Amino acid sequence: MAEQSFSADAFEPLHVEQHKQVLSRPSLSYWEDAWIRLKNNRRALISLYIVIALLAFTLIGPLVWQIDPSVQDLDQVSQPPWADRRATVVEPYTPWRGETLDSPGSGLRTAQPANTQAVRLIWDVDATAEGGYRIYRNIFPIGPEKAYGLPLGEQFSPDETWFEDRLDLKARGYYYTVVPLDARYQESGEGETLYVEVHNAITAQGAVKRGLIEDAAAVREGDAIKLALHPLGTDYLGRDLLSRLMHGARVSLFIGIVAPFLYVLLGVGYGATAGFLGSRADAVMMRFADFVVALPFLLFMILFKIMFGIGPGESGIMPMLIAMVILSWPATSRLVRGQILQIREEGYIGASRLLGAKTNYLVLRHMIPNTMGVILVTLTFAVPSAIFTEAFLSFIGMGVAPPTPSWGSMCNEGIKTMLSTPHELIFPALFISITVLAFNLLGDGLRDALDARMRSRE
Amino acid sequence: MWRYTAKRLIQGVITVWFIATATFAAMHMVPGDPLASEKAVSAEIRANLEAKYGLDKPVFQQYLIYLGNLARGDFGISFTQKNREVNDIIREHFPVSATLGLLAVTFAGLGGVLWGALTALYRNRLPDIIIMFLVILGISVPSFVVAAISQLGLVNLNNLLGFNVLPVGGWGTVSHMIVPALVLGLSTMAYLTRLMRSSMLEIINSDFVRTAKAKGLPPTRIFTKHQLRNAVLPVITVLGPAIAAITTGGFVVELVFAIPGLGRYFVEAVQQLDYTVIMGTTVFYGAFLVFMVIAVDVVYGLIDPRVRLD
Repeated sequence: MAEQSFSADAFEPLHVEQHKQVLSRPSLSYWEDAWIRLKNNRRALISLYIVIALLAFTLIGPLVWQIDPSVQDLDQVSQPPWADRRATVVEPYTPWRGETLDSPGSGLRTAQPANTQAVRLIWDVDATAEGGYRIYRNIFPIGPEKAYGLPLGEQFSPDETWFEDRLDLKARGYYYTVVPLDARYQESGEGETLYVEVHNAITAQGAVKRGLIEDAAAVREGDAIKLALHPLGTDYLGRDLLSRLMHGARVSLFIGIVAPFLYVLLGVGYGATAGFLGSRADAVMMRFADFVVALPFLLFMILFKIMFGIGPGESGIMPMLIAMVILSWPATSRLVRGQILQIREEGYIGASRLLGAKTNYLVLRHMIPNTMGVILVTLTFAVPSAIFTEAFLSFIGMGVAPPTPSWGSMCNEGIKTMLSTPHELIFPALFISITVLAFNLLGDGLRDALDARMRSRE
Repeated sequence: MWRYTAKRLIQGVITVWFIATATFAAMHMVPGDPLASEKAVSAEIRANLEAKYGLDKPVFQQYLIYLGNLARGDFGISFTQKNREVNDIIREHFPVSATLGLLAVTFAGLGGVLWGALTALYRNRLPDIIIMFLVILGISVPSFVVAAISQLGLVNLNNLLGFNVLPVGGWGTVSHMIVPALVLGLSTMAYLTRLMRSSMLEIINSDFVRTAKAKGLPPTRIFTKHQLRNAVLPVITVLGPAIAAITTGGFVVELVFAIPGLGRYFVEAVQQLDYTVIMGTTVFYGAFLVFMVIAVDVVYGLIDPRVRLD
């Protein structure tokens, strides 16, 4: 057995290290935790930025882009944003008595450069056209079905081979067709079609009146000036679409945010009361909520709307708001009641009660803050549905009264000219969709961040 | 089972009574007089109408007369259209709305279950990502925009091919119904897809599916017998509210596609302040929805034996 030597210090007691459990990270409150979760959710964060951008668009936008949404720019009606804004300065309009073709055989052509002031057409004499000619205009190419478009007018003599079109001309291409008429003024034979590119024209006086130039003497005929800028184009009455979208956003977002806020508030109050009172009162209150749920929503929205009526000069926003609050609160109240019933059985409520807390204190201090997450999520999801409802009602003409713009009513106006000027429908529809999308994704993110039980498994 | 159904039906009748009362109250608060229109009615007609609806009597008696008429299934006579009973209007236009709605619910239900199951099976792979993107789009784009865009697309398609693949508007044949029903069912389909997906994901990870796999059942059999059947239950629960959403959502689709349904008729009646038509349509719609929801609940009890109806 080997000898082992020990020094004295081998018998020194070991230094006992007291390992305390230390929180290495700061303690987080519920909301701080939720915020961190939300920040890690890229979709939700982008949606949050979009919502902020939309609010900025609504609140700050009109200060930057100070065009009155109800002012009409008659030089540019139904113009898409990419429309050519150049206009040629022309002399004031002078009547045209027509002129005959100096070189027969060249067919249908314009007598003078076509502009929005007038399109002047001349054509060859057709000996068979005893009854004269009928002139048509179309914005689409003439197909094999010979749809000539809008009949503009007639000339009742074969020698009158000219026509002046001044009807609602816009800077775009038109297909003019001249059809000869027989002695009984029936169309006989094939029409001759001409494609005419119409350019903007404005008189010097007109330009001064519109505020485009300072002095009428500063420009001469033939000069090119730029018409007023409309970044998103104009609608069918020549109103600036960007400005209307901004002011429409005020209506849509106001209803979309304030109405859910109010009815969620009402629902929380009602649900919390019912959940807290329990038993008989709860049963009666919830049965009433069931009745309100059973009312057909849109039909009653419309009924309330005509019930409150819209006086002259009113926009009809308030009736819609009230109707929405009256009809929409039960869903929230049911949710909150369920939460309250659950929380009521929790230990901390018993403890608080033991310490002598009053009912009001319990509800306001413990129960409602603990349902706050669920309420916030409900609120976020309520916003898109309220925006939808507003758009829907305005779309069928039961929403805000003109001239107040709202995204829904703008869609309603835009859909009528969907085929020729789709931008009037596309822009408001895009804004509705983006807003609804942003709030939906934000709601998803909030639900994941705030509510562990409702956390989606995506 | 029978007791449950009877109980629900009685509740349903009370709910319809509430709807009727609310409608009556709302219409009585509308400013103006139902008989004060631009076209002055003759004294005799006026007297007849007053006698029928008790318009010269106190409000409460009018209410009783109104309820009595409703109980007999008499919704009254249109104020703006001569000799047209509201019952006739409903009989004529409701089947159109109902057909459209039924087709839309079928599309939404089948599509939702199919797409939802597919996304769950291909979780986080390409089909899932594509379908879920479309779902979010379907939830976010308002139905009238979808209707307009699909119409625009149809016009272009018909022009491109040179013949009418599907008609752009109107009503009559099956081909008229397809596009409106798809548009009408789209948002519900998107919603159901999401629901089906999360329900399916839950089922895929459940014990009984693992057992079925362990005992060597073929995947198709597991899918149809174990997964689909269980996952589809939550979808059926929300079909009741979905039917309600689709039938009222029909307004816009009927308007855009020029379909002679009850929704469009209701909007017109409101614009003309046709009192009896407005009241009759509202109560009828309300009753229809209430009983549809009850029917769905009862059917749910039959399908899922775990649900005790009492």
